[in-house]
Amino acid sequence: MAQTAVDPQGGRSGTRRILPVLASIARFVVIVALTLLGLLAVTFFIGRVIPVDPVLAIVGDRAPEHVIERTREELGLNRPIYEQFVIYVGKVLQGDFGTSVLTANPVMTDIRRVFPATLELATLGTLIGSLIGIPLGVFAAVRRGGLLDQIVRIIGLVGYSVPIFWLGLMALVVFYARLGWVAGPGRIDIVYEYTLSPVTGILLLDTAMQGQWDAFWNALSHLILPASLLGYFSLAYISRMTRSFMLNELSQEYVVAARAKGLSEARIIWRHALRNALVPLVTVIALSYAGLLEGSVLTETVFAWPGLGLYITNSLQNADMNAVLGGTVVIGAVFIGLNLLSDLLYGLLDPRTRRS
Amino acid sequence: MSDTTWRQWLLTERPQSRSQARLGRTYQAWRRLADNRLALLGLTIIIGLLVVAGFADVLATQSPIVGDLREARLLPPSAEHWFGTDDQGRDIYSRVVHGSRLTLFVVILVAVIAAPVGLLIGTVAGYAGGWVDAVLMRITDIFLAFPRLILALAFVAALGPGIENAVIAIAITSWPPYARIARAETLTVRHSDYINAIRLMGASPTRIVARHIMPMCVSSVIVRVTLDMAGIILTAAGLGFLGLGAQPPLPEWGAMIASGRRFVLDQWWVAAAPGMAIFLVSLGFNLLGDGLRDALDPKAGGR
Repeated sequence: MAQTAVDPQGGRSGTRRILPVLASIARFVVIVALTLLGLLAVTFFIGRVIPVDPVLAIVGDRAPEHVIERTREELGLNRPIYEQFVIYVGKVLQGDFGTSVLTANPVMTDIRRVFPATLELATLGTLIGSLIGIPLGVFAAVRRGGLLDQIVRIIGLVGYSVPIFWLGLMALVVFYARLGWVAGPGRIDIVYEYTLSPVTGILLLDTAMQGQWDAFWNALSHLILPASLLGYFSLAYISRMTRSFMLNELSQEYVVAARAKGLSEARIIWRHALRNALVPLVTVIALSYAGLLEGSVLTETVFAWPGLGLYITNSLQNADMNAVLGGTVVIGAVFIGLNLLSDLLYGLLDPRTRRS
Repeated sequence: MSDTTWRQWLLTERPQSRSQARLGRTYQAWRRLADNRLALLGLTIIIGLLVVAGFADVLATQSPIVGDLREARLLPPSAEHWFGTDDQGRDIYSRVVHGSRLTLFVVILVAVIAAPVGLLIGTVAGYAGGWVDAVLMRITDIFLAFPRLILALAFVAALGPGIENAVIAIAITSWPPYARIARAETLTVRHSDYINAIRLMGASPTRIVARHIMPMCVSSVIVRVTLDMAGIILTAAGLGFLGLGAQPPLPEWGAMIASGRRFVLDQWWVAAAPGMAIFLVSLGFNLLGDGLRDALDPKAGGR
């Protein structure tokens, strides 16, 4: 800033700096819009083009002729396919995914109801994964080839190879049935279900705000096992990436310089190297968060966790296509959103990416 | 003696023929792979899978489909039933052994469909450049932006459950990374002298891409496919678990876990054995994939 004040042509260099930024933002917006449109094209294709006759899927094959005709008219299936797509995009943009056959509610209402449960689970999972995974990765990189390094390696290998739903079932057998350390499937005991008035839909917050500590601990004992399970998968990914980023940072010249200056090793590792490694780690954490939203489909099924994943699988088993595709669009949009967020944060945190 | 001359022939710096050079490179890659104990373990697991799938009829002690409903329901593991029996009185060991065929079927079919598609799209996009590249890569990005399991779920929901449809759905979600890799490789060789020379000799773009660019991309795509195998197996098992993959009474591992889920708290073994099988096979592919990557591309190794 001081430089521009001295620079007599400050205004010009200012606009010169702003224009590329605007251009890159415009490019960004176009890419986002195209990707979202592509997402909708895929779901439109799945919902309208693959089924031989979407009407039959809704009314059944014994419906009288006039019912079929009317449904066809209502769905707009008599119009050309591109017109149908435009209508579909318009509806989705207004948050209209149609009505769920299973619950008879608008799909958007259902999703709004179940989404907080998934958010709670995935957020706690990511927290567990980051809080344990990052220090673990740092220690593994510092003592390369040591015991912790081997452990991180094994955690990673197991995490990439084990089926999440199976690990969940086995965890239920051990920690719920045998040891009795945690509560079983579900989100909260039925006793508390009706004393709660949802505010945020995130039970830990709701119960804590209303001072219902019994219910809080009960919700936590239901939450901790599925969240730890998701946390494990996030930990496997985050610790491995942290290790790799830290190895990269520790081989840089500024570390040599800091050592020559006589800084303590702890200060070099935690204050200097980790700070730089955190920049790419933001991307990794955002990606792992998105991955947990996906992993929640299977986890929620195992733990009967009433979130978006369970909603999608229940709808699948009842051939409720509106609900399935609505859930797919929401998860896909969140996925894209998190990817973008991580890109933006990366640019914000790393000054080098701004210059180019 | 003949052993050392063979090695000299393989490792010579002036190979006399194309096949000698190729064999020599393969031999060097194999030696790097053989130095890696974990990769060898992975290879052993995969060979084990092939053997079990090949000799399933011999190895299985009982029928994987028909059980003894009267005498043998939900028995714990014993000398007679190594992994116990399920709710239909079927021997779980025999079902796991036969399930290896289904896993192999899914993995091979997905690889055979998805890898060439990705290779074709990536090389064409990379070589053609311009708007062809822009359009193809945008489509690739859209598919990459989707969470894989969710997309596969939606496709199976529309196509209807079944193992063939699961294969199609997984293949549709698997090709984008291969296209990305093939494009990146194509961009590095696109302007090299040998491609220019072939072009001057009058080769058509089709010939250049098919005969001279694709072979350059094959090894990195193979490595990526091997690394993806575990993901494919886990996705297939997930679809099976949700009842969207192989249908009963087929002994698909994911579906077996799903059927064991109902009584997992008391009869844990019904779900335990097939899950262990999925884990082992995925682990094998992951170890082998890591080893292959290090062996074929020593620069990226050690990370």
